[in-house]
Amino acid sequence: MTVFAGEGLACLRGERAVFARLSFRVEAGGVLLLRGANGSGKSSLLRCMAGLLAPMAGSLTWDGEAVLRDVESHRRRLRFLGHLDAVKAALTVAEDLALHQQLHGLRDPAAIGDALSRLGIDPLAGLPTRLLSAGQRRRVALARLLAAPAPLWLLDEPTNALDDDGVRRFAGIVRDHCIAGGIAVIAAHGDPGIAGDVLSLADYVPRPMDPAA
Amino acid sequence: MTIFLALVRRDLRLAVRQGGDAALVLIFYLLAVLLFPFGVGPEANILARISTGVLWVTALLAALLSLERLFVAEYEDGSLDHLALLPTPLAIVVLAKIVAHWLLTGLPLTLMAPFFALILGMDRVGYPALILALVLGTPTLGLIGGLGAALTLGARRAGALLALLVLPLYIPVLIFGVAAVDAALAGLPSGPHLAILGALLLAAIPLCPWATAAALRQALE
Repeated sequence: MTVFAGEGLACLRGERAVFARLSFRVEAGGVLLLRGANGSGKSSLLRCMAGLLAPMAGSLTWDGEAVLRDVESHRRRLRFLGHLDAVKAALTVAEDLALHQQLHGLRDPAAIGDALSRLGIDPLAGLPTRLLSAGQRRRVALARLLAAPAPLWLLDEPTNALDDDGVRRFAGIVRDHCIAGGIAVIAAHGDPGIAGDVLSLADYVPRPMDPAA
Repeated sequence: MTIFLALVRRDLRLAVRQGGDAALVLIFYLLAVLLFPFGVGPEANILARISTGVLWVTALLAALLSLERLFVAEYEDGSLDHLALLPTPLAIVVLAKIVAHWLLTGLPLTLMAPFFALILGMDRVGYPALILALVLGTPTLGLIGGLGAALTLGARRAGALLALLVLPLYIPVLIFGVAAVDAALAGLPSGPHLAILGALLLAAIPLCPWATAAALRQALE
């Protein structure tokens, strides 16, 4: 059984400690929802999990293996979606997804078609992404998760800019991802429409004079 | 390797679609070179005498002009996160971006250099050395400039800061680039100077992308 876990994590942004002594554990098929006020460190935690940000203290493990010992394998198994959609304005929707596949060493047009229809954007496939609305671009960013699949999804406010239909479709792809044995970690302050274990960042605010902070 | 090529193709395609940047560099190069006959006066032997230096200094400035934007668009639209999270080492991603950038700016600039040399009245015996020196020198300019672009990423006034950081590091390339052409013009062998330019390039290929990747990771934290 695959387990993604963190132990005693602490994170420093600038001069300020955002969280400390944070531990979590998600098993294959599980969803971990990160909850917390603005600035409570949800995004920082996700970036730590992705390896973009080095934690001040603590360790991350995948199946008991320290993630930092083999960063490349960790990158191969994770897909990250940040605040920004990272969709290239000069490319069409289909080209953007094909490019995303190529950079992960894949070539699978069928998966692109499937991803587009799962997110309800197949009529947009030939449009340059600069013509899309914010919600449509978000759907393209989510379609990438399906175009180049990986077991671990790290999603930062994935339902931002999505309409009700988009949120429903998003919940659908996360559910299928988990049924297939994937893991999703989702930072959200609204309702992402998904059930899962909740990690409240408010429980890990560093105390003053805390030696771990 | 296929991913490296995919990255190069990606950057070329994005540049062709968005247009502008590469052409801008060449037009800047042309205009800057054309300013000298106006500034120095039309006297042919003076222009011919300074032509090597003028061509190299303007090539340097043209390189700088385009490098400023190397990572900015990727950083602003969030693509840099994704590039940093590819299983491919970030240094390889950086190298691919520099190669694409060179194909778009350094290569056309090199190919057009004899034409600009003609404008300035440089003796024709200097052309082969000029082209060879630019072929060996401009990739080094790109590699060093990429490091500067990564270090100044997200800074205010990144452009001015980039110039301050990078121009001093361009001096060795400038010295040997000019020396190679001047040697050819004086009827001396330009091989030793070209060899040093080649050595600079060979040193920059592993070192600069590695340092650039570290700087980018810092910017992403």
